[in-house]
Amino acid sequence: MEQNNRIRAFIEANMAAIDEEITLNDSDNIFENGFVDSMFAMQLVAFIENEFAIQLSNEDLDLRNFNSVENVVKFLDNKKNS
Amino acid sequence: MPGDERQQKILQEAQEFAAAELKPHAAEIDRKGALPKKLIKKMAARKYLSATFPNNYGGLELDPVHYGLFTECIGKACGASRALLTVQTSLVGESILRFGNESQKKKWLLPLAKGKKVGAFALTEPTVGSDAKNVQCQYRKVGDNYIINGRKKWISFGAIADFFVVICSYDGTVSAFIVERSPKEVHTRPIRGLLGGRASHIAEVEFQNAVIPAENLLGPEGSGFSYVVGTALDHGRFSIAWSGVAIAQAALEAMVSYARRREQFGQKIHKFQLIQGILGDAVTKTHAARALCLKAGELRKSQHSEAVHETTIAKYFTSKIANEVASDAVQVHGGEGCADKYPVERLFREAKILEIIEGTSQIQQLIIAKYGLRKYFSVKA
Ligand SMILES: Cc1cc2nc3c(=O)[nH]c(=O)nc-3n(C[C@H](O)[C@H](O)[C@H](O)COP(=O)(O)OP(=O)(O)OC[C@H]3O[C@@H](n4cnc5c(N)ncnc54)[C@H](O)[C@@H]3O)c2cc1C
Repeated sequence: MEQNNRIRAFIEANMAAIDEEITLNDSDNIFENGFVDSMFAMQLVAFIENEFAIQLSNEDLDLRNFNSVENVVKFLDNKKNS
Repeated sequence: MPGDERQQKILQEAQEFAAAELKPHAAEIDRKGALPKKLIKKMAARKYLSATFPNNYGGLELDPVHYGLFTECIGKACGASRALLTVQTSLVGESILRFGNESQKKKWLLPLAKGKKVGAFALTEPTVGSDAKNVQCQYRKVGDNYIINGRKKWISFGAIADFFVVICSYDGTVSAFIVERSPKEVHTRPIRGLLGGRASHIAEVEFQNAVIPAENLLGPEGSGFSYVVGTALDHGRFSIAWSGVAIAQAALEAMVSYARRREQFGQKIHKFQLIQGILGDAVTKTHAARALCLKAGELRKSQHSEAVHETTIAKYFTSKIANEVASDAVQVHGGEGCADKYPVERLFREAKILEIIEGTSQIQQLIIAKYGLRKYFSVKA
């Protein structure tokens, strides 16, 4: 859960969409919903590398790994177990 | 030698190099409209084109703060040489460093670092600039190769580049490729009559059924915009931010020298309070710009998540004040400011380019505004 909160906090702090009504659900596709701009992917990757002290390879960079809070958590779990 | 001391020494040597090899020739390079290959090789020999690269790729391992100060030092002396650093190190180099595999890094970064090959970053097109995600240059896979068709415009060092990082699209999927110059498939036409960047070998580049081996795909397919362009622009903006400091500092020094020498109404013009007002503003703006760049540099060094935003803010601000200070420097020079006997005329032209490249000032404002709308929103207020 703690991992989930850290990722969520980072995405929320960088949301391009600022309407008060918007709430970020764990399964929301942040790119398709326009919550963040497409350049955010790079920031998110840098954040993950820094925050969780891992190095991502080109194979990891599939946007599907980073398009929702849920998928980032899943990706990190897989990465740790691999 | 401890890291900072080693980097300080590199900066010291760069200052000497800039004073001896760049500054005396900057006006002529601009007038002739070509950064000489010999000078490119000289800079490469000192590892300046790969200043941030790790040692094993021929680099100097400058950290972001020292790379920024280094950019200021070169940029203050010669804009075209600084542009070379921006393209080789920040755009092409950093993209390949981040997304290239081992064999791509060896194949492209080592010759770039040694000055044996010049790279260019080809994103902008005749009909696509700020809306970069919408690139029209097309690629498709045919067997083991990719075929690229389309045109790029305003490509710095495009006229002399040996290879290009090209951003293109397949049905909206944007990918990056490393494309080698080939006489039949890659055509470049130099662009003349430019306001600034006259010696940066800017060109229009056309790819006509250019056959690219699959191994030249840079990063995963589909990562061209989100990752490669994102990374290149972030590094490019940092470089341009410091280029703004360089121009402002050069313009400031020029206006101080002139104001202390020129006499009117029987006294030196720096005695006039209106001129002092200009000088006071120029000093303040230049110091503020450098402070923003140093902050961005420190955040980048610590890989802070706010580094991207601070870099954007620094790029926006320094390119704006470079224009203001350079314009004021022309003003202080009066008629002499309008001729190429003094450097301010060139600085004035070069400054404008900074507000356009690596995302225009309007695009930076949009990004900064969105950031501010979120960061400074208080539910309670
Ligand atoms: C000297 C020089 C060197 C360059 N080198 C390179 C290079 O090496 N590689 C490369 O790929 N490109 C290069 N460029 C291209 C440069 O990056 C583009 O010119 C720049 O991104 C702007 O695109 P554009 O010229 O198509 O302007 P446009 O995007 O057509 O913009 C025109 C005007 O509209 C404004 N505008 C656009 N969209 C918006 C919006 N949403 N909201 C508000 N205002 C908006 C812009 O701010 C600008 O004022 C270079 C350009 C120059 C001049």
